[in-house]
Amino acid sequence: MSQGPQGLYDPSYEHDACGVGFVVNIDGKTSHAVIERGIEVLRNLLHRGATGADANTGDGAGIMVGMPDGFLRAECGNAGIDLPAAGSYGAGMFFLPRDRERRETCMRTVVETAGEEGLRFLGWREVPVDGAVLGERARLEQPVVMQGFVAGVEPVGGALERKLYVVRKQIERRARSVVNNREEFYIPSFSSRTIVYKGLMTATQVSGFYADLRDPGFESAMAVVHQRYSTNTFPSWSLAQPFRYLAHNGEINTLRGNLNWMASRERNLKSDLFGDDIGKILPIIEEGGSDSACLDNALELLEAGGRSIYLAMMMLVPQAWGAKYPMGPDLRGFFEYHAGLIEPWDGPAAVAFADGRYVGALLDRNGLRPARYTVTKDNFMVFASEAGVLDFEPSDVRERGALRPGQMIVVDLEEKRLLRDYEVKMRLARRRPYRRWVEENRIDVHGFFNAVSPVQPDRATLLTRGRLFGYTREDLRWIMDVMASEGHEPVGSMGSDQPLAVLSERPQLLYWYFKQMFAQVTNPAIDPIREELVMSLMTFLGSPDQILNEVPQHARLIKLRHPILSNEDLERIRNLRQEGFWARTLPIGFRAGGDGAAMQAALNNICRLAESAVTAGYRIVILSDKDLPEGEAPIPALLAVAAVNRRLIEKRLRTSVGLILETGEAREVMHFAVLLGYGASAVNPYLAFDMVADMALQKQLSVEQRVAKAIEHYVTAVCKGLLKTMSKMGISTLRSYRSAQVFQAVGLDRTLVNRYFTGTSSPVGGIGLDEIAAEANARYRAAYEPPQGAPELLPHGGQYRYSVDGERHLWTPDTVRLLQWATRTNNPDLYRQYAELINNQARGLCTLRGLFRFKQVSPVPLEEVEPVEAIVKRFVTGAMSFGSISREAHETLAVAMNRLGGMSNSGEGGEDAARYEPLPGGDSRCSAIKQVASGRFGVTAEYLINARDLQIKIAQGAKPGEGGQLPGHKVNAEIARVRHSTPGVSLISPPPHHDIYSIEDIAQLIYDLKNANPAARVSVKLVSEVGIGTVAAGVAKGHADMILVSGYDGGTGASPLSSIKHAGAPWELGLAETQQTLVLNGLRSRVRLQADGQLKTGRDVVVAALLGAEEFGFATAPLVVCGCVMMRKCHKNTCPVGVATQDPELRKKFTGKPEYVVNFFGMIAREVREIMAGLGFRTMDEMIGRSDLLEMNDAIGFWKAKGLDFSDVFHRPEAPPDAYRCTEKQDHGLGGALDNDIIEALGGAVETGRKAVVKMPVRNVNRTVGTLVSSRIVRRYGAAGLPDGTITLRLRGAAGQSFGAFCSRGMTLILEGEANDYLGKGLSGARIVVKPYRAAGYEASENIIVGNVVLYGATAGEVFINGRAGERFAIRNSGADVVVEGVGDHGCEYMTGGRAVILGATGVNFGAGMSGGIAYVYDETGQFDNNCNLDMLDLELVDGEEDRGELKALIEKHAALTGSRRARQILANWDQCLPRFIKVFPMEYKRALGRLSREDAETRRKAMVND
Amino acid sequence: MRDRENGFIEIDRRDPGYRPKDQRVRDCRAVELRLTDGELVEQSARCMDCGIPFCQGARSAVGCPVKNLIPEFNDQVYHDQWRQALELLLAGGCFPEFTGRICPAPCEASCVCGLYKAPVAIRQIELAIIEKGFERGYMQPRPPAKRREEKIAIVGSGPAGLAAAHTLNRSGFRVTVYENAAHPGGILRYGVPDFKLEKWVIERRIGLMEAEGIVFETGVEVGADISYRFLKKRFDAILLTGGARRPRNLEVEGRELEGIHFAMPFLTQHNMRIGGEAVKAEAAILAGGKDVVVIGGGDTGSDCVGTSIRQGARSVTQLEILPEPPPLRSEETPWPLWPDQRRDSSSHAEGCMRRWSVQTKAFRGTDGKVKELCCTDVEWVATKDGAKSPREIEGSGFSVKADLVLLSMGFAGPGRNRLVEERGLALDERGFVRRDADNMTSEPGVFVAGDMSRGASLVVHAIQDGKQAAAGIGRYLAARGDA
Repeated sequence: MSQGPQGLYDPSYEHDACGVGFVVNIDGKTSHAVIERGIEVLRNLLHRGATGADANTGDGAGIMVGMPDGFLRAECGNAGIDLPAAGSYGAGMFFLPRDRERRETCMRTVVETAGEEGLRFLGWREVPVDGAVLGERARLEQPVVMQGFVAGVEPVGGALERKLYVVRKQIERRARSVVNNREEFYIPSFSSRTIVYKGLMTATQVSGFYADLRDPGFESAMAVVHQRYSTNTFPSWSLAQPFRYLAHNGEINTLRGNLNWMASRERNLKSDLFGDDIGKILPIIEEGGSDSACLDNALELLEAGGRSIYLAMMMLVPQAWGAKYPMGPDLRGFFEYHAGLIEPWDGPAAVAFADGRYVGALLDRNGLRPARYTVTKDNFMVFASEAGVLDFEPSDVRERGALRPGQMIVVDLEEKRLLRDYEVKMRLARRRPYRRWVEENRIDVHGFFNAVSPVQPDRATLLTRGRLFGYTREDLRWIMDVMASEGHEPVGSMGSDQPLAVLSERPQLLYWYFKQMFAQVTNPAIDPIREELVMSLMTFLGSPDQILNEVPQHARLIKLRHPILSNEDLERIRNLRQEGFWARTLPIGFRAGGDGAAMQAALNNICRLAESAVTAGYRIVILSDKDLPEGEAPIPALLAVAAVNRRLIEKRLRTSVGLILETGEAREVMHFAVLLGYGASAVNPYLAFDMVADMALQKQLSVEQRVAKAIEHYVTAVCKGLLKTMSKMGISTLRSYRSAQVFQAVGLDRTLVNRYFTGTSSPVGGIGLDEIAAEANARYRAAYEPPQGAPELLPHGGQYRYSVDGERHLWTPDTVRLLQWATRTNNPDLYRQYAELINNQARGLCTLRGLFRFKQVSPVPLEEVEPVEAIVKRFVTGAMSFGSISREAHETLAVAMNRLGGMSNSGEGGEDAARYEPLPGGDSRCSAIKQVASGRFGVTAEYLINARDLQIKIAQGAKPGEGGQLPGHKVNAEIARVRHSTPGVSLISPPPHHDIYSIEDIAQLIYDLKNANPAARVSVKLVSEVGIGTVAAGVAKGHADMILVSGYDGGTGASPLSSIKHAGAPWELGLAETQQTLVLNGLRSRVRLQADGQLKTGRDVVVAALLGAEEFGFATAPLVVCGCVMMRKCHKNTCPVGVATQDPELRKKFTGKPEYVVNFFGMIAREVREIMAGLGFRTMDEMIGRSDLLEMNDAIGFWKAKGLDFSDVFHRPEAPPDAYRCTEKQDHGLGGALDNDIIEALGGAVETGRKAVVKMPVRNVNRTVGTLVSSRIVRRYGAAGLPDGTITLRLRGAAGQSFGAFCSRGMTLILEGEANDYLGKGLSGARIVVKPYRAAGYEASENIIVGNVVLYGATAGEVFINGRAGERFAIRNSGADVVVEGVGDHGCEYMTGGRAVILGATGVNFGAGMSGGIAYVYDETGQFDNNCNLDMLDLELVDGEEDRGELKALIEKHAALTGSRRARQILANWDQCLPRFIKVFPMEYKRALGRLSREDAETRRKAMVND
Repeated sequence: MRDRENGFIEIDRRDPGYRPKDQRVRDCRAVELRLTDGELVEQSARCMDCGIPFCQGARSAVGCPVKNLIPEFNDQVYHDQWRQALELLLAGGCFPEFTGRICPAPCEASCVCGLYKAPVAIRQIELAIIEKGFERGYMQPRPPAKRREEKIAIVGSGPAGLAAAHTLNRSGFRVTVYENAAHPGGILRYGVPDFKLEKWVIERRIGLMEAEGIVFETGVEVGADISYRFLKKRFDAILLTGGARRPRNLEVEGRELEGIHFAMPFLTQHNMRIGGEAVKAEAAILAGGKDVVVIGGGDTGSDCVGTSIRQGARSVTQLEILPEPPPLRSEETPWPLWPDQRRDSSSHAEGCMRRWSVQTKAFRGTDGKVKELCCTDVEWVATKDGAKSPREIEGSGFSVKADLVLLSMGFAGPGRNRLVEERGLALDERGFVRRDADNMTSEPGVFVAGDMSRGASLVVHAIQDGKQAAAGIGRYLAARGDA
């Protein structure tokens, strides 16, 4: 049954990602074979889909084909329906209610509506289906499937399609009054050109369910197919894909903003094509659709409005075209023109689309979805998420290719041609003179965005104004100083332990009630530094309000490079006096001292004024809190912007106006992000400028500089921070981020949120306008009526660090001191004092759980409760890498946890192999949990085999959605060895795992790791945010054994302060949502749950257990036990107690001992036992998920806490008793691995070490080939593996993903055919050779043979690829040598070691973040430097003897092993070819190798900061 | 500029030290030297700007009691921004020029830097900032912009009284301070010797306070010269800050002998002489030419040592019943607690014999004058309840020659106070004046602060208590106004 929202679960959070593809006969010949092959593609994508608890119910699958006229004509003939000529009738596919009465009402509505619109309804055909093939859940919801036929009196072609669109929209709207359930009545397609067969099923069930598809007479020239993998617990029939025009693999991150903007456009829609019908198609976006469904709706509007489907697609999902992107002026003009028209639907997308004439596909600007295609000599083409989905005779293949980021490929069935990317773009760019339109119409503002002039702050009023807007000394000293001095955001560490905004007694800014959302699992974050070229802060003022026509005047816009306006720029806009750009300034104050009602009245007034300004023709509205009249306090700027934005959207006026904010409030990145996220077009932070100027003048900046320079730096820092905030969510452009509302509220009243921040989640309610007004009034009083005698200072703030006059914290001098003293002396009294200080939140409420209370139940005697020894086994320490903390600290924790039988976590920096051996005396320093993070540092086959738990770190509490950087000066010899890198060379962790772009990818990585170590469980670390439950459901479906829910507040690592404080949510919310969602869909019993994030006491443990956790992670507290005094300087390497430092002198100060840590956990467990006894539990198992025993503590009468409501958090879904915790094991499906056959064929070769060769065919469904074999080798022989050439696997075919992952020394894998993504992932010494089929009739070096992300995180080994590779080749390679004949975009990204030889062209952004290793690129065109990201690189000639020898040897080996023609040609003409090779030499690597001249080495270089 | 992140590693602590011994004992001027500006800036670079500044743990059992914003003013000194440093400093304690000279600096005991090396020289930095403030003329009177109607009487002008007066006056209240001595300052003036705190420092502050509108009435004994009724009628609130004046006695055989005195009269007389006040010759307690024994090893005892030496004592011996503390922090007082450890003052270095674990059993004398002390060594043994108590070591008896014995064994309660007695204010079990959370006594409108209520303690605690009482009075008056 589909479920509505309950507890914290809301179906709107669902994500999906999938397999997508199409097959087409380019010549337009229809045949049934096309259908069959389409279905075969679908079947071969099966592993990309998922099944829920009911294994036979897929998440959905389907097929879209060209209208099978012959078949339908025959069928209709039998049914007595007389179809007119092909193309002059429309066929609708209908999902109808099973209830007869309601079904007939629906059918009547269809017939009547068609009639009213002047169409003839020709009749119904019941589509023959076989429900028996479906899964149980799918069957329960199976609709009656009917086809209805209509014909027009005259319209045909586009006009008929348009009419059908209008009719369908009307039917949908009317039918809602009969069946208000999308599941009961839905129209998969209604067209004269295409038809869609789909449903809640797996790929294999499609043709079984729909008999039509099996009929030999059912013919089409093309078929678009889709297999869905949803995180959703309750997938539905209607959300199966393809939709009417497209099938989408990916996720739209900016959906909320896109919907808001689309809605705003509805009022002004005009089109000659539609005429009066235009009103009938509203709303454009159907309610209740998925992101893909919404995109389909937008596409269909543009298509019906007269644009070609591929133009419409390019408008909605444009490629990157920023200044850094190599592109011609006409094409740039095309993109700029359309950028003014409509914001991108931003997020990962591989889209296959078709409208009957065109069938095509495109990839979004980031290209994070695989998209491979093959064209045969007989003009048949297959495009799919994977290579190898259809078998062709090698000799029949003409071309094997892949789409690159932002590329599109289209087949025109009328012209019978395949249009490649450049051709499509050329057609688009030259359709109209867009470039000229843009240049001629752009509004030029004189002096706009030139250098800022120095601000002259009025010192006399600065303190008062600072107090009015809640400025603190901390803001100035910790945030703005760094921004103004250095041009980036400040970095901090050790998490966040101050109260949530709603629990603070100090007036809080409204921004702080919001938490940033971030991408995890279902879509990747972006690297805003290394992949900046895809990102953009550019924005326009004065968007055209109408998108269906194409006129030059649409380009009449003011272009802003970024959304931060200097004072001069704001004045320029205010005084523009240009036709159509009149600006109106509205003050945003309310009567000081007034309550919520007064504020609401003021807001209503502002909204009314804004509305009338827009209707009066003003195109710019400036909301201003500058110089408000006496007696007026500023309304929080965010509230004002959100309210006006909301009103303008509701009145469908928003696209007509630019909304600028002139505010004294905004100062840190989070403020700007929230303002833009709720609708501001641009912001002028005038008071922040004054403050920065004053600091510069008063010499309060840590780097002395002129005022103008300081302000420039400050703006730069804001912009960088905005890019980072957007990238965290995977959003590339500000134009889509604006109004996208990617925040959740913690502590805001739901009515307030629904009114002003509509669509934002606020799971626990909270304060309303009264409290917001009270906080604004408090600031007003502090400014204008400060207590006499108070110091002439701003308040401290204390948000980021403890101060006596600042915010409360949980870690205080007393808690730290007592905990250290208690654990050192194992003194329970001292522990009790400590725990009392933390737990007694009546005095210092900091956390949500502080407001919880245990219900009174009958207790059990303490001695009946399970012993401390059993409880401590559930405790783990947090992931802290060796490198972030000292060796001493790291090993102390490991030894302690091994003594207890709990688990310590290696963190993401690898582990010294010496630690795998037990110490004399029996202690072990081996971390039980081995983390696999995006950097893959030290993740070798040996590392993986020495683990009890392999943890995929998707995000960390301190900075979810961000990468990190270990600067070169911290990488000493030991760290470098453990991480398989070079001392002195910076190590960059990318924001996403480059093998997890979607939910089906994590299933793949889990499978890879399970192959690498079948004995270890695989866990996935997520960070709490709204929607985490559905993500966790997807992860559980992907066969994770354990899911860790981390709170936002934890985190020992260094990260930007704004991320520590503002990204993610408390674990209480994430854990409860995860538990509820997993229980609701029957997945909870398959997976364990762990919680962490500022856990400090036994009470915290019990709360987490009641909310559903089985295991509990601690990081900060054990560090404190080991001597940490919360310096919060972990990133500075100056830890005075030897915990977070590599400095040998400082490390001597380390005083921690395993005994202390053991004492700590013992005392925690004793406290847990005592509480358990009181709650009547004898075992922890009984306690897990008993959220019914929690209630809100009403005794805490804190004024702002009154509106909080935890009933959704405490909600406990109905389920059988064993469904609330993990009671069964996941089936990882290792039994089906090809490696089992290989191992059998090898006989005992691994064990005996004798040479063996195995020959076998391989297919794309065979994933992770070779890894199980390797795991046996490594378990037996360790990192050394077997001698080279011991085991040889000769495979033929299209290999699936992760071919050769983590394979160890002694293995040679020779693949004849092709391979998919992640070839050689984590390669640990093996050799991989990939060459095309011997019979292949094409030039290998010009065709794609392996997919994306080859050699990710490889540490050793060799790879030879006779052909081209896809995107992100050799990403994060730290030791493997590889030869390939061409690569896609972002080649050698983040590489730190090894050699890459590229014998052909590269895509853009080569070598971004590459800090080590060397690449040799054969540059035939002399254009390579254009494609290279030169930030960290030197490009040199290959002139050293050593280099030449190395290069030649690699090419010779390549030629010998693959038979590459290109290699042979180069070798044959070595002297001519050698000068064309470019040596890509990272500067840091060069320095580390001592190859930089002394003078060069001394040059000061600005470190790139993103950690 | 030095990279501050490593300041604590690269720079060693530097203390200014004292004037040479032979020179300083010949006068009564301050003994401590001062760091140069350059040295101070360098010392401030040692501050680690901690995530938890334990030095300012005012809500806790550790660190500075007056909420000094230590890391922040250190940072300003590091950047040579003395004016900003001063503003930050003044947000904390009221009288940094006092605490900067005589505070034992609990902040330094809990300084994180102390875990690594010696703690940051916080007291020196504090002193430098305030002195720079006076030097450069930043310290101008800051009278309240708006006067309130309410009047407040403060009885006692020691650190608690002065701090309360300062705070209340800045808030606009009209404050009169009554002091029965000739000059305001209380223990600062009459207890602390000049060699630690020269009296011009107090006068400079009193001058500033007067300029801000505080009225000082000296030589007035409340309860004798003016009555409670008078105060009650004229003032809206009364704050008692009479200190803890009742010394703990040593009641052993021979206590009545001449030449045995409490420490405080001895120190007071000395301060009066230096300040030009007359001391009755017949009551004079002088150490010149005498063998002096100081009983009690605390700060007051140490002051007696230094004063005796300056008066020309033949020998000075200091006895303490407690065992000798360890040279470094004991395990019972782990960082960041105030450490139990041996402390040697400048006075000790000037020539003094110290003995620990010594119990005085009797005084012996001739002609009614004390001549020697009969003492025994003791050992400290654990009692049943975990505490420790002294036990005489048999046969360890010895005697110490003495012409002058100064008892500095702490204070047992407030001195006689007519107002307390007349109004029958409630006392706690120790004999100190009982108070509520607003520092109000059992008599509505009558408040108490400082040693008189909390027991004898550091000047810095008295200052904080005075501030706290001022806040309590503010709340009381506000509530009364509302009613």
